[in-house]
Amino acid sequence: MNYNIKDLLKERILIIDGAMGTMIQRHKLEESDYRGERFANWHKDVKGNNDLLSITQPDIIIGIHKQYLDAGADIIETNTFSSTTIAQADYDMQEFAYELNVASAKCARIAADEYTAKTIDKPRFVAGAIGPLNKTLSLSPDVNNPGYRAVTFDEVVIAYEEQIRGLVDGGADILLVETIFDTLNAKAAIYAIKDFFRKNNLPELPIMISGTITDASGRTLSGQTLEAFYISVVHANPLSIGLNCALGASEMRPHIEELSSIAKCFTSAYPNAGLPNAFGEYDEQPHETAHIIEEWAKQGFVNIVGGCCGTTPDHIRHIAEEVSKFKPRELPVVLD
Amino acid sequence: MKQQINPYLRLSGLEPLVIRPETNFVNVGERTNVTGSKKFARLIREGLYEEALSVARQQVESGAQILDINMDDALLEGVSAMTTFLNLLQAEPDIAKIPIMIDSSKFEIIEAGLKCVQGKCIVNSISMKEGEAKFIEQAIICKNFGASVIVMAFDEVGQADTKQRKVEICHRAYKILTEQVGFDPEEIIFDPNVFAIATGIEEHNNYAVDFIEGTREIKKLMPLTKVSGGVSNVSFSFRGNDHVREAIHSVFLFHAVKAGMDMGIVNAGQLVIFDDIEPTLKELCENVILNKNNDDNSATEKLIVFADTVKAKGKVIVKDESWRKESVEKRMEHALVHGITNYIDSDTEEARVKYPKPLDVIEGPLMDGMNIVGDLFGAGKMFLPQVVKSARVMKKAVAVLTPFIEQEKEDRRNNKAAGDFNQADEKGPAKILLATVKGDVHDIGKNIVGVVLGCNGYEIIDLGVMVSADKILTEAQKHNVDIIGLSGLITPSLDEMVHIAKEMTRLKINKPLLIGGATTSRMHTAVKIAPEFEHGVVHVLDASRSVTVAGNLLNQDLKTGFLGDIKSEYEKLKLDFGNKKTAKKLLPFNQAQKNTATINWENFVPVQPTFTGNKVFDSYDLGEIAAYIDWQPFFIAWEMHGKFPALLKDEIIGKEATKLYHDAQALLKQIIQEKWLSAKGTVGFWEVEKTAPDSVNITGTNMRLEFLRQQIKKAEGQPNLSLADFIQPDKKDFIGAFSVTIQGIETHIKRFEDNLDDYNKIILQALADRLAEAFAELMHKKTRTDFWGYEQNENLTNEDLIQEKYSGIRPAPGYPACPDHTEKYKLFELLGGEENTGIHLTESLAMYPASSVCGWYLAHPESKYFGVGKIEHDQVIDYANRKGMTVEETTKWLMPILDA
Repeated sequence: MNYNIKDLLKERILIIDGAMGTMIQRHKLEESDYRGERFANWHKDVKGNNDLLSITQPDIIIGIHKQYLDAGADIIETNTFSSTTIAQADYDMQEFAYELNVASAKCARIAADEYTAKTIDKPRFVAGAIGPLNKTLSLSPDVNNPGYRAVTFDEVVIAYEEQIRGLVDGGADILLVETIFDTLNAKAAIYAIKDFFRKNNLPELPIMISGTITDASGRTLSGQTLEAFYISVVHANPLSIGLNCALGASEMRPHIEELSSIAKCFTSAYPNAGLPNAFGEYDEQPHETAHIIEEWAKQGFVNIVGGCCGTTPDHIRHIAEEVSKFKPRELPVVLD
Repeated sequence: MKQQINPYLRLSGLEPLVIRPETNFVNVGERTNVTGSKKFARLIREGLYEEALSVARQQVESGAQILDINMDDALLEGVSAMTTFLNLLQAEPDIAKIPIMIDSSKFEIIEAGLKCVQGKCIVNSISMKEGEAKFIEQAIICKNFGASVIVMAFDEVGQADTKQRKVEICHRAYKILTEQVGFDPEEIIFDPNVFAIATGIEEHNNYAVDFIEGTREIKKLMPLTKVSGGVSNVSFSFRGNDHVREAIHSVFLFHAVKAGMDMGIVNAGQLVIFDDIEPTLKELCENVILNKNNDDNSATEKLIVFADTVKAKGKVIVKDESWRKESVEKRMEHALVHGITNYIDSDTEEARVKYPKPLDVIEGPLMDGMNIVGDLFGAGKMFLPQVVKSARVMKKAVAVLTPFIEQEKEDRRNNKAAGDFNQADEKGPAKILLATVKGDVHDIGKNIVGVVLGCNGYEIIDLGVMVSADKILTEAQKHNVDIIGLSGLITPSLDEMVHIAKEMTRLKINKPLLIGGATTSRMHTAVKIAPEFEHGVVHVLDASRSVTVAGNLLNQDLKTGFLGDIKSEYEKLKLDFGNKKTAKKLLPFNQAQKNTATINWENFVPVQPTFTGNKVFDSYDLGEIAAYIDWQPFFIAWEMHGKFPALLKDEIIGKEATKLYHDAQALLKQIIQEKWLSAKGTVGFWEVEKTAPDSVNITGTNMRLEFLRQQIKKAEGQPNLSLADFIQPDKKDFIGAFSVTIQGIETHIKRFEDNLDDYNKIILQALADRLAEAFAELMHKKTRTDFWGYEQNENLTNEDLIQEKYSGIRPAPGYPACPDHTEKYKLFELLGGEENTGIHLTESLAMYPASSVCGWYLAHPESKYFGVGKIEHDQVIDYANRKGMTVEETTKWLMPILDA
């Protein structure tokens, strides 16, 4: 990477892209589209395995990335939310986990490089998305057996290391551990990142961490308060810590305010487009979301903003416009 | 000013635990350790994990802040026992809220533990006993899990027993961890090995001293690191005699904590208070621990002999009880009006049985009694101290009834489900939320308001002190409160209140807002807060008035008219303020700076203080301090106005004031005798030189104090004062600073709260404030007559002192003569920070503990107290420049004295 993202973050608020799923839905893809030629005879249905599209329909994925870049995103996320052996087990596709990560990172790389070349003063970054898994390390899936765990820490570390290897090989600039609702899963991801770079004697990529406050109690699904969560992951020495998903911008505000007052690194926030309506759809309009986020920027709470579920390139365009007027949050002085 | 992050050790369970310099000793619960607790070991061996969890819960409930978990037992499969127990523990939020210390001598067990816990843990422990390479490898793994580490003072040679070895090993480990592994210093905790003393073997006699002195040296050499230890080891030779063991632990900790020990593995809930130990036993323990008078093990022998002679004691009390013969209603009324709690539990139970529904008892005899209290209070026949006592009786009675009321509600819900249901009115009393705002720590007034409103039938939700705007408003919405009340004592709280009013507007919380507390005023409320929120902002002068205000606001017929009146009153105030503003004449700052105090410096020779730098006074004699108490403000806190001691004989309030005075004296005596509180003071003096009209440099440093100057146009010949005027220009002079604080109130407050005893709680808080002020007075006297010694022959009575007849002054940053709170940063830095002063500054620069006082000492005979008053923007710009702050930031802090 020729550009130092840390320097850029001191200059202005950077924009991360919006939802991938919402954009894929617009293409109204069928089972056969998901399968493509290569998996035409796969023994299980794969419709809904969005990550697979990076292999079977790369042009669609690259196209979505470009729409977000065109809307003003500085950072785009790879299409790898579920690209681990553990999450791909739903489709029996564990063996392709590494390949999915490489393919997705490449799709994002192609799009980002094209836009960096177009607007040379606005370099674009690829964040390798590391999702939360469908199995948790702190919670038992069996209410009658609270001590039971569906997966072990070691298994999670192995799965994440494979994902990280794929993202790095595919050309990611940043690793983004996101939508964390169980902090122990995130700690396994951090452990895997540290272990991967140390074992392979490579310079570590910047790490972004993004937790999820699940409800009005202000806690994560695994029960931690925001500050406890922050303390539990800050050893990653991350580029940024922030929040995404589960809440709309107005519900997220007090939490992002608190986080900005305690975080020694940069802060990020990419909320959903409001809360889902009775049909599970998000209907907060781009200017509405942007209006709320504008106020965060004005208050100096944030360094990176964007959108999560239900947000579109239009949301990102409005957000980018609104926050461009404001200076980014200043890093606090860490005393020693 | 940029946001700052301090280098504190931060741990987490479900909730954070931040270990700050002012954090007292951190208790690590030890009972969840199979090597230390037979019961816990048996439960784990037999696979009774549910019961084992209750051991952990008991530790948390008795005050453990971190939980030590150890599964090192030859009969156990350690890895799976640790995994199973921790996985189960994660499902218990009341235990998992605190951080975990994973304790094992086997690193594989530690790793297994780290894989189960989402929070930031402590690893107990790693060491260099198997060499540096292994140590580094283990440290890296801990770091990748984000855990802090305890490093045991153990190297290739063995465990460190002498002070010198302890320090050497710890320092070596420190260098490796910080330079090679990348640990931050504050993440490192040392365990310099607590060994058993009084074993009869002479070489063991100095072990406790080695630990204590080693700790002192470690903290000096590596100040950000922490020191921990397994406390119960020290008394191992007295096992079986818990009484003596607990005393040894307490005495050992007293000395070790003073030397810098931060945390220890103890049986939480079984520590005796140092000052509760009988003096003889305490002295014997001290001799053994400090290895004093211990030739031929004589101190040890004496402690062993004493151990058998410990006996229990008892007490008897008698009282007049004629009112007990009346009916239950009359008895309850009597108890409420007279504030007697002795029988209220059984009387309430009797009434509950007599009345059809438990709620009838509240709405009948209890409310009748409280109405009498309210009437008497309203008519000026009862006073605040009595009302607070009545409230205590009421709370106790309601506590007896609550479970029955809950049960009844439950039954009703069930009946409703069954279709056999008669709708009852479940609308509860009106709710009032109270909070002291973010950055502020004072809450006596707020507590009194809470009690008085509670007595008048409102449900009070008291969020305590230092409450963020977000928390206040979230709770307000959650509980759907009817009124929000904010309190604050220091000037930055005013801004926070404005912020909250704005937030209420933004979030459309349309409930009336009450403003109270020493720093607030009707004017500020009218000019700054009321315009931000249109659904009612009312400044409430004192607790008595809060009742009328709440009554008006909650009565739908009266509310509109009441708020209308307030609004027009405030608008008029605001208008007047605007007019006055233009009428007042302020000088340009450069002119004001030329009109300084006219002091003849020609023959002035500054008195040289007896020392420069700091002196710290720990545990200063409270008895000596108490003689300097100014009682008048104590009575003002209780809304009893008048001159002291005349008010004790006042026709109207005299009798109750005397009672209150007696109760306060009795509590004060107990506080002093039983050492509930401890007084800590710091005094320092420095040579200075004045470098500009309002700037004073601390000689030999790059610290410069900045002062503000009056800018109001004065009459001919009257100076525009600045404190800097009292420092000699061009030649050397001196300045002093002090801080005093009263520590240790929290546990006693908690105890009174648990007993529903607001009366004694408020007395205690008010006394602690008085003691802090008295201590400041005492220190100032000592400064004048001794430390600085510029007035060695002073002969003044306490009344003279209260009337400020002394020479020289002690103004506090944030108060009229130097109204900029941010100069406190310099004052506290000069005094040696939180470590020396025991005082923490909040983001609004309030001091915690709340009972604290600080200030500058100026000695010049012509120095005097004055108020800077309003200043102009030109001074703000100049001042901001001198301070190296932005104008915006400076304006924020100086808002109360700006004509904005």
